[in-house]
Amino acid sequence: MSYVEFLSQYGDRILSGTLVTMVLTVLAAALAVAIALAAGLMRLAPNVLVRGTATVYIEIFRGTSLLVQLYWIFFVLPLFGITLEKFTAGFVAVGMNLGAYGAEVVRGAILSVPKGQWEAALAINMSPATRMRRVILPQALLIMLPAWGNLLIELLKGTALVALIAVADLMFQVKQINGTTFLSAETFGTALIIYYILARFMITPFMRWLERFMLRKVGRV
Amino acid sequence: MTDEDLSGFPLALEGPDVPMVSFRTVTKRYGELVVLDALNLDVAEGEMVTVIGPSGSGKTTVLRMLMTLETINGGVIYVDGKPLTHMPRNGRLVRADSRHLRQMRSNIGMCFQHFNLFPHMTALENCMEGPVHVLGIPKAEARARSEELLDMVGMADKRDQHPSRLSGGQQQRVAIARALAMRPKVMLFDEVTSALDPEVIGEVTNVIRRLVAEHNLTMLMVTHQMGFAKDISDRVCFFYGGRIEEQGAPDELFGNPQKERTQQFLSAVKEAN
Repeated sequence: MSYVEFLSQYGDRILSGTLVTMVLTVLAAALAVAIALAAGLMRLAPNVLVRGTATVYIEIFRGTSLLVQLYWIFFVLPLFGITLEKFTAGFVAVGMNLGAYGAEVVRGAILSVPKGQWEAALAINMSPATRMRRVILPQALLIMLPAWGNLLIELLKGTALVALIAVADLMFQVKQINGTTFLSAETFGTALIIYYILARFMITPFMRWLERFMLRKVGRV
Repeated sequence: MTDEDLSGFPLALEGPDVPMVSFRTVTKRYGELVVLDALNLDVAEGEMVTVIGPSGSGKTTVLRMLMTLETINGGVIYVDGKPLTHMPRNGRLVRADSRHLRQMRSNIGMCFQHFNLFPHMTALENCMEGPVHVLGIPKAEARARSEELLDMVGMADKRDQHPSRLSGGQQQRVAIARALAMRPKVMLFDEVTSALDPEVIGEVTNVIRRLVAEHNLTMLMVTHQMGFAKDISDRVCFFYGGRIEEQGAPDELFGNPQKERTQQFLSAVKEAN
């Protein structure tokens, strides 16, 4: 079977798997950003309890394997009465994991906004919440964008693990095709290329665009 | 709670001549280092007081403590008769909480050596930010007032530029407009010309000259521009080692300094220029 024949026969399934991977990536990324912002801000809170909660969360999700976390969320949580559909379990696990990494990126970016900005905001009598929202976060966002580019690529690749709980993503589809055809080079080779294309030609340009967009808002382009 | 005894300090200053700003035996320490040593300093309403002195003499700390950017280790600061660093509770003074600080801070505006404009906002947005998002003034009103202030500092034509497109002198003038937009009673200028190229210092000092001439603002300024200080100050304080070594009218202090340290400082500055 030539590669062209292979593609014409299994292209539909590969494409559908790719779409599932893309949707998973977008949902997991949205969750990761939300968690990262919340946990990153909590890490800077004056309250010890709030800070501690975020620290524990980050330690657990950064310190243990994503695969084990995925199995926990899908196989163990039902024992405690929380049953998630496999697709949901998939993006929640990936999002929560990358959110923990992102929290440290958010915290670092907030702390690297120059001290003068915090003082200027205080000098016009801003409350801490307004200062964070109006002055610090917009600048921190620009600082943290390059790091988020890396994290999102990690996240995309991390979604391949959801194949192990039978979510029909790209990895799951090529595994299935390989199981019936034994065309390992074609199947896994195609998957490799598609993951690369998604990372290199979709996520990276998107982050570049976002960075330029933000720089323009700061008037630096 | 602190164990300091504040019973000697009044809960509020009363009388016909209450100073706008009053430092009462104010002490500031960083660890072992004493930056302000039982400082007493009164500034009357509408008075322009300039603080000069060698670096490390505590002059910038005076402004930073008034802006509540630093905590206080001893003594009490009063603004407009009311305690700033402390607040009355059950008939005695206790440390100010964040609510009291916010209330008192609305009296004070500050301009910094490095301008500290918000880089993601235009000049106009920088000026409108406080009025709209702190004072809750309607946008149209805040815009009109901000445009007026930008016009006053000669920056009306640059109002839609971001700080990165402005020169240092232009940024500092916007920063002055931003502080004035909050309608403070006391304005603090912390070495506002020190980071500027020599040829643009004049555009900033001219704005401050106008403020002194046309407004009844109480102003405290730290500067190394001795000529400027001499021109516009009502009083000049020479700081040394966290204390006021000598103070007086600018003509006296610059023309006929009494203390040896003042003479040394002034002649060293003169040589450097």
